[in-house]
Order: sequence, then structure tokens, then C-alpha cells
Amino acid sequence: MLEVKNLNVSIGGRKILNDFTLTVQDGEVAAIMGPNGTGKSTLSYVIAGRKDYTVESGEVLLNGVELLGLEPDVRAAKGLFLAFQYPLEIPGVATMTFLKAALNAQRKQRGEDEISTPDFMKRVKEAGDRLGIKPDMLKRALNVGFSGGEKKRMDILQMALLEPSFGILDETDSGLDIDALKVVAEGVNSLRTPKRGFLVITHYQRLLDYIVPDTVHVMAQGRIVRTGGKELALELEQSGYRDYMAEEAA
Amino acid sequence: MTAQIIPTRTAAETALAEAFGAAKATLPGCAEVAKLREDAFGAFFEAGLPHRRVEAWHYTDLRALMRDALPVAPTPTAAAIETLRAELGKSAAVGPRLVLLDGVFVPEVSDSLPAGVTVRSLAAVLTEGRPDLVALLAAQNHQIVDPIVSLNAALMQDGVVLEVAPGTSVAEPIQLVYATASSVPLARFFRSLVVVGAGASVMIAETCHGEGGRTGQTFGCLVFSVGDEARVGHTAEVTDTVAGSVRLDSFIAEIGAKAKFDSFALITGGGLVRRQIFLRFAGEEAEGTLSGVSLLRGREHADTTLFVEHAAPGCIGRETFRYILDEEATGVFQGKIRVAPVAQKTDGRMLSKALLLADTVAMNNKPELEIFADDVACGHGATCGGLNPDQLFYIQARGLPQADAEALLLEAFAAELVDEIGHDGLIDGFRADVAAWLGSRAKA
Repeated sequence: MLEVKNLNVSIGGRKILNDFTLTVQDGEVAAIMGPNGTGKSTLSYVIAGRKDYTVESGEVLLNGVELLGLEPDVRAAKGLFLAFQYPLEIPGVATMTFLKAALNAQRKQRGEDEISTPDFMKRVKEAGDRLGIKPDMLKRALNVGFSGGEKKRMDILQMALLEPSFGILDETDSGLDIDALKVVAEGVNSLRTPKRGFLVITHYQRLLDYIVPDTVHVMAQGRIVRTGGKELALELEQSGYRDYMAEEAA
Repeated sequence: MTAQIIPTRTAAETALAEAFGAAKATLPGCAEVAKLREDAFGAFFEAGLPHRRVEAWHYTDLRALMRDALPVAPTPTAAAIETLRAELGKSAAVGPRLVLLDGVFVPEVSDSLPAGVTVRSLAAVLTEGRPDLVALLAAQNHQIVDPIVSLNAALMQDGVVLEVAPGTSVAEPIQLVYATASSVPLARFFRSLVVVGAGASVMIAETCHGEGGRTGQTFGCLVFSVGDEARVGHTAEVTDTVAGSVRLDSFIAEIGAKAKFDSFALITGGGLVRRQIFLRFAGEEAEGTLSGVSLLRGREHADTTLFVEHAAPGCIGRETFRYILDEEATGVFQGKIRVAPVAQKTDGRMLSKALLLADTVAMNNKPELEIFADDVACGHGATCGGLNPDQLFYIQARGLPQADAEALLLEAFAAELVDEIGHDGLIDGFRADVAAWLGSRAKA
């Protein structure tokens, strides 16, 4: 369960998250929608532990553990996974080397033994097959020369291997054509379990046709301004965000 | 009245003149070689040790950095050779080894070479005085004006002359192993020549032996003559110098038509290191790649200076160098590319990248393009910066602690060039060197 309580965040003196509060239950898929510049990506970065932001007050609890103040790698080992809007290219680091290093680093943090190479290979192959990731992609440097769709699939592959208790998808649909979107969405859907929650951040309703949320939240000016079921996404697709922008301006 | 300017000689210059005076009667070579030595020493002594007002040495002020000249290392003793033999027996080799002890070729601890490859000592070749080899050794086509190349020519004690017959294909790298007999600081002057016949293919790996580190002053010179359509790889492992030592390597290569030449060097040593590379595209449509990685910390100083001359049309030149600088280290990269009027359709690209890990490091980049042909594509770039915070965050968000994320990115930065060497055994060796450097950084 992810609980964000009264989170206030600024960057360079400019307030971005404004008393932001949200709870996502175990197994729940919550979507956050909202116009550009409302702090959606900031929210994901702050939860994951990026240091460019000033957290003024508030709490972020994952399964009851306070995440604020922990290093990003410790948060990951506690079960948090952020699928990046733009996964980074890491030249010179072979994808397989990276995956194994990440998996073993998390296991070490949790006091577990390193994964054996045969086990690791088997798990990568299974997850890769599901996501249509070709073996030659795994031999290349991480994300280098990958298409937008390949990068997103690689992020979902990482999520499948790392088995987090909570996943944040930050605008996973950006830069994806419809076929790639389906593959990525199917990858995410296959990871849905009664225990694993997701926070899906998106501008558009389209992604939510494929990853069907339990709840939809509308975010504007750094906080949640409306909450509803999946039908809210359809309504937004019709009416746009103008009403919420006007409400804020008023 | 005009003031009379009398050039002052430093203690080091005076000592070098004395060393040359004492040694010249016994240095190997026929009469022509003796004259060559005299001329070379004259050129050196007139210029003196290079200093900051010499453009090519602006960032490596040798006159200030090398205050004294050490005694020249004596010929290795039988006991030293036996010790070396025992040590070499314990270490693994990626290919046949030609061993130089204090710059002197030691055939009795060297391996036999495959068919089509012959080796002789430099001393034997200089004594015999075959004009074609002497001309190649003197790098006459290059018209190099450099006091350190001259000093090496004057005092060269020994080295190897390796000839690869035309059409020969050598499977495993031939290693030039540099070993030192004692830890007493001494000066060594050696020069080697590799002549690769037309259509031959070979890889030459310069490696260092011994864990004690090479103290003293090393003046090395390696000359390549690459025949038409030959394929040549070269690597240099400069990882054995220690604080207070001076290592000045001159690397000279001439490439024939349609030949391919790739050279990589790793510098992790202490003290002062300068590699100056003189590459000449002599025949058309040749391809040359020069690359290198320097990993520096403490007050180490490493200088890579290139003089690339396109003297024939349609050649492709790629120069890629990377530096990781920590603590108070200084990196220097200078790349001078000259495209002669005949060298139309030259395609040249030069790039230097430096990662600066502390505010107290210094990186000096100086690209120079002199283009006298009008139909060429030449470019250069230089970057200096820190690790990318976005990449660091991405890796940390996947579970790697910050120090491990940094190490991964640093290793990758160096390994990207290492991985292009084209021989798995050599790649493993260089990767191990990089990992060892990063490992010692993590502990510090």
C-alpha cells in the first residue's frame, strides 16, 4: 500500500506539490491524469527519491515504511519501482550485466543471497519472451539505440525481474505507437496481483483502455482535485482539463 | 647595445649531455648510425628539454617537471634475467612474448614467433646498418621535430625489430613485454620497429611486467611501418609507472594504401606520462583509429598529443580519447591534424571526453586542424563534465547504491573504448586494469 500524506514539495522556491494526499491500496491500479505542469512527474520523482526537489512537509509510506529520507536504491529494495517516462541510455553497460547488478543489489539490501546465473538467465528469458524482447537486445548496451517502444519494454522487463510491491508508471504511453502501447500494457497487466499496486500517470485516456484502472484521480496545481472510477477518464477525454484549470485560476 | 642572450642549461640537460658523451662510443651502430645519433643529440641539445613556450609541450613543461636526469640503466645481468625468467613462467600470456628488460631485448626469455615473423635486436640491426631499416627507424618520412624523439634517437640502447612478411596472418597478439630489473631509479632509452608487409595482419600488444612499478625515467619509441592493405592492431598498457617517475613514449606509424591500423592505449600510471603519437597516412584509402583512456588521480599528469598527417587522398581517421580525472590530476589532450593539399576526400573525426570527479583536477584540450585540401570532412569535439545525474538516478532507482552506480558509469565510460580492441584476451586484461583502478578508488 502506498500512502502519500499532505506532501508539500518545491523546486527553486516554486511550489509544485501542494498538500498532496493519495492512498493506493494493495492490488489497486490508480491512475493520475492531469494537464502539463501540474506536478505529475515531480510526484513520481519525489516518491522514487530524486534529490532535486525540496520536500517541505508530508509523508510517503510504502507498506507502512517512510520512504522520505531514504536513498533511491533503498526505496527500490523496499519494493518501489519507477518506470521512467524516458528511460535513460547507459552506453558501455551491457543490459544483462545491468539487470543482474540491479537484481543482486536489491537482494543484498534485503539480506538475500545472490541469484544464480542459470536462474537469472531463465527469468530474463521468460520475461523477455512475454515482452517480445529479442536476445540480441539484451546483449547490447542498456537502451542504447533502442526505439521508444523498446526502451519502455525494457523498463517493464526490469519491473518483471525486480518484482516490486508497488510500481509507478510515469507517462509510459508517451512516445509509443498503438502496437507498442498494447505490448507494454499487456506486460503491466501480467504483473497485476492482489498484493501489487500501481500508480499510472498519464495525460491521455488511451493508455487506460489497456491498463484498466480501479480509480482515476485528476491532478491540478499540485494536488488531487477530483477522484472517480474508470469512467472519469472517459469524461476527461470528452471535456478536457479546462474546467479544472479554470477552477484553480478562480 | 643588444643584450646577449645565453641559453642556460638545466641540471638535467647537462647530465644528459654528459651521459651521451660517455655512452656514445659504446652505443650500438655502424658509422651512419653514429652520425645519426650525433645529429639527433645536437638537435635535442639545441632545443633543450621542451617547456611551456614550446607550443606542442605547452601543458607539459618538461623542463620544470624533470629537474634531473638519472643514470642510464646498465645492461641486465645474468642473475636479473634468471629472476625474470622465473617470474614470467608464472604469468599468463595472450600470445608470444618478446621481452625487454630495462629496454634491452632478452631473446632467452622470449617466445618463438610464428612462421613469417622474424625478430632481431635493435642493437644488431643498427650495427648491421641496413639502410632501409635505419631509414624506417629514424622515421625519416615523418619529418618529426621533437626534442624527445631526438633524445631517444641519440641514446637508444636496444629494442626489437620485428618484420612480418607480406601476406602473413598472425593469429595471436605478439606481446612486447617491458620489465625492469631493479627498483633503483634509472633512465632507459629504447626504440623498436615493426615492419608489416603488404596484405599481412598482426596485432602488437605493449604490456608491462612486474608489480613493483616502473620508477625512473623511460624514453620509449615504437615505430610502425604498415604496408599496403595490411591489417594492424596495436595496444599499449601504460599502467606500471609510479609517483615521481617520468615516462615519455613516442609512437610513430606510417600507413600504406588501403591498410587498416587501430591503436589503443590505457594509462593508469603515476607520475608524469606523455604519449606522443605521430600517425601518417601515406597511401590512399587507408583507415586509422587512435584511441585511449587515461585514469588519473593524486597529482598524476598524463598527456596524449597527436600529430596526424593525411598525405594521401581518401583516408579515414578516427581519434577518440577519454579521461577520468580525480583528486589533483592533470589531463592533457592535444590533437593536431594536418590534411595535405593532395589529401582530398579525407574523412577525419577527433573527440576528447573528460570526466572530472573533483574541483581540483585540470583538463587541457587543444585540437588543431590544418586543412590544405578543399574537399574534406573533418571535425573535432571536446567535452569536460561530471557524471550525468539523470543516469545516476536511473541506476540508483533500480537498486544500486550511489557508489556502485558511479563505478558502473565510470567503468562503462572507459570500457566502451576497451571493447573495440578486437581481441578478447586483451579486452579482458584492460578491463581488469580499469576495474583495479576503480577498485582502488572505491577503497580510498
